[in-house]
Amino acid sequence: MDAILLQILNGLDKGSAYALIALGLTLIFGTLGVVNFAHGALFMIGAFCAVVLSRLLTLSSVSIDPEKVDFLGKPLKVETPYVELWFGPEVGAAIINWSVPLAILFAIPIMALVGLAMERGLIKYFYKRPHADQILVTFGLAIVLQEVIKYFFGANPIPTPAPDAFSGSFDFGAMIGMDPNVIIYPYWRIVYFLFAIGIIGAVFSFLQFTTFGMVVRAGMADRETVGLLGINIDRRFTVMFALAAIVAGLAGVMYAPINSPNYHMGMDFLVLSFVVVVVGGMGSLPGAVVAGFLLGILESFASMAQVVAFLPGINQIIIYLVAIVILLTRPRGLMGRKGVMES
Amino acid sequence: MSGLKNINRRTLLKSTAAVGAGLAMPTIFTSSASASYLNEPTGSTVTLGFNVPQTGPYADEGADELRAYELAVEHLNGGGDGGMMNTFSSKALKGNGILGKKIEYVTGDTQTKSDAARASAKSMIEKDGAIMITGGSSSGVAVAVQALCQEAGIIFMAGLTHSNDTTGKDKKANGFRHFFNSYMSGAALAPVLAANYGKDRKAYHLTADYNWGYTTEQAVRESTEGLGWETVETVKTPLASTDFSAYITPVLQSDADVLVLNHYGGNMVNSLTNAVQFGLRDKQVNGKNFEIIVPLYSRLMAKGAGENVKGIYGSTNWHWTLQDDGSKAFVKSFGEKYGFPPSQAAQTTYVQTLLYADACERAGSFNPCAVVEALEGDSSLPGVSSPSNKGYLFDGLGNGPTLYRAADHQCFKDVLVVKGKENPSSEFDLLEIVEITPVAQVWYEPDNPQFAGGALGTCNPGA
Repeated sequence: MDAILLQILNGLDKGSAYALIALGLTLIFGTLGVVNFAHGALFMIGAFCAVVLSRLLTLSSVSIDPEKVDFLGKPLKVETPYVELWFGPEVGAAIINWSVPLAILFAIPIMALVGLAMERGLIKYFYKRPHADQILVTFGLAIVLQEVIKYFFGANPIPTPAPDAFSGSFDFGAMIGMDPNVIIYPYWRIVYFLFAIGIIGAVFSFLQFTTFGMVVRAGMADRETVGLLGINIDRRFTVMFALAAIVAGLAGVMYAPINSPNYHMGMDFLVLSFVVVVVGGMGSLPGAVVAGFLLGILESFASMAQVVAFLPGINQIIIYLVAIVILLTRPRGLMGRKGVMES
Repeated sequence: MSGLKNINRRTLLKSTAAVGAGLAMPTIFTSSASASYLNEPTGSTVTLGFNVPQTGPYADEGADELRAYELAVEHLNGGGDGGMMNTFSSKALKGNGILGKKIEYVTGDTQTKSDAARASAKSMIEKDGAIMITGGSSSGVAVAVQALCQEAGIIFMAGLTHSNDTTGKDKKANGFRHFFNSYMSGAALAPVLAANYGKDRKAYHLTADYNWGYTTEQAVRESTEGLGWETVETVKTPLASTDFSAYITPVLQSDADVLVLNHYGGNMVNSLTNAVQFGLRDKQVNGKNFEIIVPLYSRLMAKGAGENVKGIYGSTNWHWTLQDDGSKAFVKSFGEKYGFPPSQAAQTTYVQTLLYADACERAGSFNPCAVVEALEGDSSLPGVSSPSNKGYLFDGLGNGPTLYRAADHQCFKDVLVVKGKENPSSEFDLLEIVEITPVAQVWYEPDNPQFAGGALGTCNPGA
């Protein structure tokens, strides 16, 4: 029982990332009709926003300490971050410590700009081209973006810790009245899950309760009619692309403390996120979210030693297996709408 | 008539074979002129092939290997301060290239993939005329390229490869490894672990699902079980895994009190980070503190894992804080050229290049078979009594007296047991040396079951 509960918890944080990426993918697909293979790269760029901010905050003034020596026996260069010089050592250290949450503010404009640049600069030329062309060009873009990141940041993962207040783990089992020390769960993963729920709620509210969102939903249902009503739907869709980029980016920012960012992390999530979209139903936002959590949890279960001992290798194929079963029984996915990608 | 009468089926076959051989002769001569071995350098230069991961997950290690190769070439050609050439026990190197020929080099990108590594090695041999191939991070790559070099007739000086198989079941006469291996890690680590964590421990292994992971798991298991530890579970994790939480949580459920992470590079960084996040290090099991062990450490990995490595034991081939003359000379030349201390990957590749050049000088030839003979030698390592203790003995290259064992072309030297440093004084000062395990303790016979199967074969000069 406790093992099952633990794997459900485990699935939640990964599921959160899948859900956020798949949500963005579905938004883009539903509005612009583009299959965006560069979406994983946006997640990765988000994580690197956290890295960049933490590097900016630790930019240091260098002074020479003649008392100490470095590894070559030369006088040691001592680095003091500028923020500590400006705000005092304590406030400065606290700002550096909170760099990941602060990176949310930093990432929003950057991701919006990256999203706009991608859509206006490249993807808009592919709206009328076949899906295969869109996949090729966005996949190529993803490779370019990850190589650029690798050029500047190297291939090794870069540790980007959560604030001290959220480091470590807590005894979830004891909290819900089980034996202590059985279900231990890291704070930051709970934060990540709650954050994801918050973002998902915000996106849905935006689409549901604002005029802008209403027009976008109308456009998703029937682009032509909305256009005939004299509404510039293309501009709104561009905004939606930027919004999807922000969602993916924020998912990446907050994921940085869970797994140290590396240039390849986007690709690791991309393929699975596509499966999530297909399982959830092409074009269905709630479907993407539900399928994201579902597959995240299933993946966790399949990694349990007892399951792997029974079915070796199941942990690597479970998601695809589930996708096949769901597509055989519900060809439109869990919550797919009729008419999407069926013309 | 009598001659004709003697022609029967057998003599006809014989003479046909002779004629066939005769006809084939000219092509042999034209294809390699008068060369007695492949890619014999005829001009004033000789070309070495550096085959390292320049892209892919081990690209940072590859970059450091390449820096070390460039430094070695500079020193061998007489530039710089000479580095370890000044401390090397063999004095055959003169700083005028190899055998008077200036060293040039070509580089290839292994991408940490066996097929890409073979393709780039092949191209360096066939198109660039490389006389020797060296490099590789990842044992999968090293084993593949070593086999290719054996077939082609080129010497392969392995870079960072730690699997037992490289000089075990996949050993080749043309291949040589200076780096240590899984068995040595297990043998060096186990006593230190027993001394620090006791002999009554239950270990849980997470193992990278490929060749190197298997041999490391086996080595650590056998060494620790020999000291009384129990292995409660071993789980293979896909090499492509990035989130290990689903593998870590079952550890919490088991009654294990030690987690062994047979992971390298990014895998290790992520699994260790996850393990620490899940509070494994704050946990008490069976009345003992829960401990984590990383059998193969590198400073680049320690950097990736950040705070999480503090206090965690592992083993390493070499570390820049070693105080012998060779290490100090190398750290000085490398540090002055590049501004930071070299990694263990850099040290092993630098040393391999020097050892190759030295073997050519002592042999007086680039002929692979002469080089093999020079590297096999017939001296012995002091303090080890074994019939297989025979090979080329050298010193002054950073690991103390070292033997290139003739039987399997594996280097035997002291092994470092290290621990993540609690209070690093700089961004490079991440590991502290806990113990230098003497070579006698990590010695094994060539027929050890962990290395069984495969044969060295004979050297292939390629022509």
